[in-house]
Amino acid sequence: MTTTRRAILAAALALPAIGHAQGAARVVVIGGGFGGASAARALRRIAPAIAVTLVEPNATFTACPFSNAVIAGLRDMAAQEFTYTSVTAAGIRIIPQAAAAIDADQRRVTLADGTTLDYDRLILSPGIDLRWDGLPGYTEAAATRMPHAWKAGPQTLLLRDRLAALPDGGLVVMSVPANPYRCPPGPYERASLIAHYLKTHKPRAKLIVLDAKDAFSKQRLFQNAWKTLYPDNLEWVGLSAGGKVTEVDAGAGTVKTDFATHTPDLANIIPPQRAAAIAAIAGVADRTGWCAINPVTFESRLRPNIHVIGDAAIAGAMPKSAFAANAQAKACAQAVAELLDHLTPATPRLLNTCYSLVAPGYGISVAGVYRPANGVLADIDGAGGTSPLDAPAATREAEARYAESWFHTITTEAFG
Amino acid sequence: MQRTGRTLLVLAAVSLIAAGPPPGAISCSGCHDAAIPVGIPGIAGRPAADLQAALVGFRDGSRPATLMDRLAKGFSPEELQAIAAWWSVQK
Repeated sequence: MTTTRRAILAAALALPAIGHAQGAARVVVIGGGFGGASAARALRRIAPAIAVTLVEPNATFTACPFSNAVIAGLRDMAAQEFTYTSVTAAGIRIIPQAAAAIDADQRRVTLADGTTLDYDRLILSPGIDLRWDGLPGYTEAAATRMPHAWKAGPQTLLLRDRLAALPDGGLVVMSVPANPYRCPPGPYERASLIAHYLKTHKPRAKLIVLDAKDAFSKQRLFQNAWKTLYPDNLEWVGLSAGGKVTEVDAGAGTVKTDFATHTPDLANIIPPQRAAAIAAIAGVADRTGWCAINPVTFESRLRPNIHVIGDAAIAGAMPKSAFAANAQAKACAQAVAELLDHLTPATPRLLNTCYSLVAPGYGISVAGVYRPANGVLADIDGAGGTSPLDAPAATREAEARYAESWFHTITTEAFG
Repeated sequence: MQRTGRTLLVLAAVSLIAAGPPPGAISCSGCHDAAIPVGIPGIAGRPAADLQAALVGFRDGSRPATLMDRLAKGFSPEELQAIAAWWSVQK
């Protein structure tokens, strides 16, 4: 009934022909992380008539936020793992396969087994790939000896177990890449929690953080805390002090900069990254390896009807965070529903919040508010920023609690 | 021909998509869920006047905050009012 009335109305308003009746509009979402799962569920909520298909090969999602606490022995891995039971229950069809190809002209996804899925609009939330060509010596095989732990899962447990096996008096070296990469404050939260682990379990051991940049997210908050909490267990070396790692040798166990060769007991190498491979296959990744988007609709600048959200997107001032992916997912779902309804999407306002733990019960945050300006998502002046440098312990304790609360809420919205 | 979403919704009354929330409102549920007993408070279904008072207080600094002050400053009082009104009728 509704479809018929709609069609008549559309004709009366002299709309362009509707290629697919609204009730049959098909959206395919690729990637079941914070972005993709949130987008699929938001679409079902906003426009129940749209058929939503989620392409995700893994039966379990393992969340990166709080995985640094797993590495430091403060949290069970089980707390990071989520299934898609509720996503399915929301009326979303899940295809447990990887996407192998995307034809933007035909609006068709080819799956790993060769079958195809046609779409009216595609939401691509594929996350990142580690660039195995990005740091000399750091191959996929090297990662079994020098874990990255930058995709949560077995690598997280490997780094945790290697840390637990570290001798007291041992040396840990962490390599941090230049921007952009997933989770800008993540390496510094990890450094904090590893230092906390060393201080409490192996007080004569030390972590050296070798960084390919001089400035980083929440820097003064982190560094002030490190001075107080971990003076003997954590040393940060920035770019201008020779911190950029230029080569690793997993066989010899060495980590090299232009100025020094370290032979640590444990190396945690966070390599350069790019949008996951399917983005390049679809033709939506540019020369940087990331995906330029329209900041109102998240539609690719390079291919029509493909919307890119989350870590893979170039989202201007918005960081590559789980919160940002979830916020973008909801804004993108709204825009996709409106576009499929032949409406002009409203201009969104987006938020980001990232909590980091410096120690158990010691949380800090960065927040931002963004709007489309000059073709990108730009910071709104006067809003956002980090926790105060002089906040009392009660504020740090509250932010640690809010971090837990946030994790519970966002994982519930996406998966629960 | 430029049509806004809302105009067409009123005209047609057959659109299958829900009326759009005011700018920024959909980000809030990343942190605020009424079902969580401790930590960050829920906002869905709370009285609009209470939500608005909190948001405006965060914005002008009269209400203590950890980070809501930083977020509220990204909106005008009118925008905060619209967000408060929208969340007050959400479930």
